[in-house]
Amino acid sequence: MKLSFLDFEQPIAELEAKIEELRYVGTDKAVNISEEIGRLEEKARSLTETIFSQLTAWQIAQLARHPQRPYTLDYVERIFTEFEELHGDRRYADDPAIVGGIARLDERPVMIIGHQKGRDTGEKVRRNFGMPRPEGYRKAQRLMELAERFKLPILTFIDTPGAYPGVGAEERGQSEAIARNLMVLSQLRTPIICTVIGEGGSGGALAIGVGDHVMMLEYSTYSVISPEGCASILWKSASRAPDAAEAMGITSKRLKLLNLIDQVIPEPLGGAHRDIDATIAAVRQALAESLARLDSKRIDDLLKTRYQRIMNYGVFKG
Amino acid sequence: MNWFEKLLPSKIRTEGGRKKSIPEGLWTKCNSCNQILYRAELERSYGVCPKCGFHERIGARARLDMFLDPEPRVEIGAEIEPLDFLRFRDSKKYRDRLIQAQKSTGEKDALVVMTGKVKGLQLVAAAFEFSFMGGSMGSVVGERFVRGANICLERGIPLVCFSASGGARMQEALVSLMQMAKTSAVLARLNAKGIPFISVMTDPTMGGVSASLAMLGDINAAEPNALIGFAGPRVIEQTVREKLPEGFQRSEFLLEHGAIDLIIDRRNMRDKIHGLLAMMTKRPPA
Repeated sequence: MKLSFLDFEQPIAELEAKIEELRYVGTDKAVNISEEIGRLEEKARSLTETIFSQLTAWQIAQLARHPQRPYTLDYVERIFTEFEELHGDRRYADDPAIVGGIARLDERPVMIIGHQKGRDTGEKVRRNFGMPRPEGYRKAQRLMELAERFKLPILTFIDTPGAYPGVGAEERGQSEAIARNLMVLSQLRTPIICTVIGEGGSGGALAIGVGDHVMMLEYSTYSVISPEGCASILWKSASRAPDAAEAMGITSKRLKLLNLIDQVIPEPLGGAHRDIDATIAAVRQALAESLARLDSKRIDDLLKTRYQRIMNYGVFKG
Repeated sequence: MNWFEKLLPSKIRTEGGRKKSIPEGLWTKCNSCNQILYRAELERSYGVCPKCGFHERIGARARLDMFLDPEPRVEIGAEIEPLDFLRFRDSKKYRDRLIQAQKSTGEKDALVVMTGKVKGLQLVAAAFEFSFMGGSMGSVVGERFVRGANICLERGIPLVCFSASGGARMQEALVSLMQMAKTSAVLARLNAKGIPFISVMTDPTMGGVSASLAMLGDINAAEPNALIGFAGPRVIEQTVREKLPEGFQRSEFLLEHGAIDLIIDRRNMRDKIHGLLAMMTKRPPA
């Protein structure tokens, strides 16, 4: 697949294009220009390093939404075996914006729940751009309780712009569906590991984001409202989204400093989509390690720690 | 919305009209039916228009005052105050917004919690102050709610919360989102212990507050015609690009769609809540 570049990556894109061109010429005329290609590749790499060492929060938000970024099912396919997708909330429908099912991580059976975005137009629409409706959250809740019943650890993958703001979603109780998940997750008697892989959009993300170990990929984001939403309310203009992104501190680095997440999983140079194998290997390793750590704890202790951690959220005087 | 209101910046729109629940002066006008009302009469009927039954928005203290027995009342968590820990700045500094809100409302933050009694039945009651930054939920709101709920856990007494909120407080960023998890988690404990929680949603209860504590009542109640939902009507309209149905996201709409148990007129609030709690805790009728 041809790489697509974001606005701030244009200098890199130009270099990469030049390299491609040279390669083409090289095969064509059998002139030895590998030295020149090597030089340009090195230049592209160091340029990428420079640009990526000083990314703004808004640029990271663009990366988190990158159309080529790996989505939940990409991880599921390549990390787990025997994945069986389980569908439906048993009440109304199956919401394709949230996927879930049982699979094995190495030998170990686990429950997977994650937001799922679509790759092409048709799938994007079918998956509603990863914006779940109440039935999605209720499916998630059903799978959480199923996992508890059979003592399967839960691994969630978070990647949503937010819960869907639609008429039907409101009619079927979007608020209640999210709230219920928060309540259930806080007491669920099984280990829960949450990984933000792309966009952690507000309550729609948190509804599968309460757990014992919360990780974020380096260039993912997690925020109470989208930068655009925040900007249009507080700055009265969605075009101030970069300012809102900065002010809210939506990046993994900031959130780790604020102690709101436990671990940042580093991404390859240029972002997850530049080396999907490396990204998925890193996530796999982080999952296996944290699962082993949580496994060594008694479930009562785990619940106590989880509860205490939730109660500690908040910064105030007095 | 008419053409003139559209011209106004949204800030002016929300703060005008309805917010001035009980304005100065001897006479006032109902915000719904435009009837001229004698102010003392409106106060006597708890901010409900005696002519059309419209429920004016009321402040947190007025709310608790009309709900609780006069004695005893003990405020919980009054010493907790908000902090601008992110040095958040949009068109204004969060710090300045806080100071301004504190001045105009006399509150330190957007939730007031008290232990007290309703017709002799001990409970903890919490009420959102919508005029304090739109009743938004940040660290202080979450912590006060939890401290109130913890008293319920210790003493085995019920919790009642009157919500009125635009949602999470953006100026506290992700920390405010986590208050949804925090308030929901403490409610899970009440739930497990069989301690009743009655949630009364008042106008408006939106976003992160509706998607956490407000929808988690053993009984979910609402005042008439309150706007209740996850996403705001304007956001939905922009997303679906169609006109929203009449009465969308109003209490009566939620009742019809199965989201709430009942609608309670403010003038009957004490009686109704007491009656429900007395039955839930197996006490004799009043």
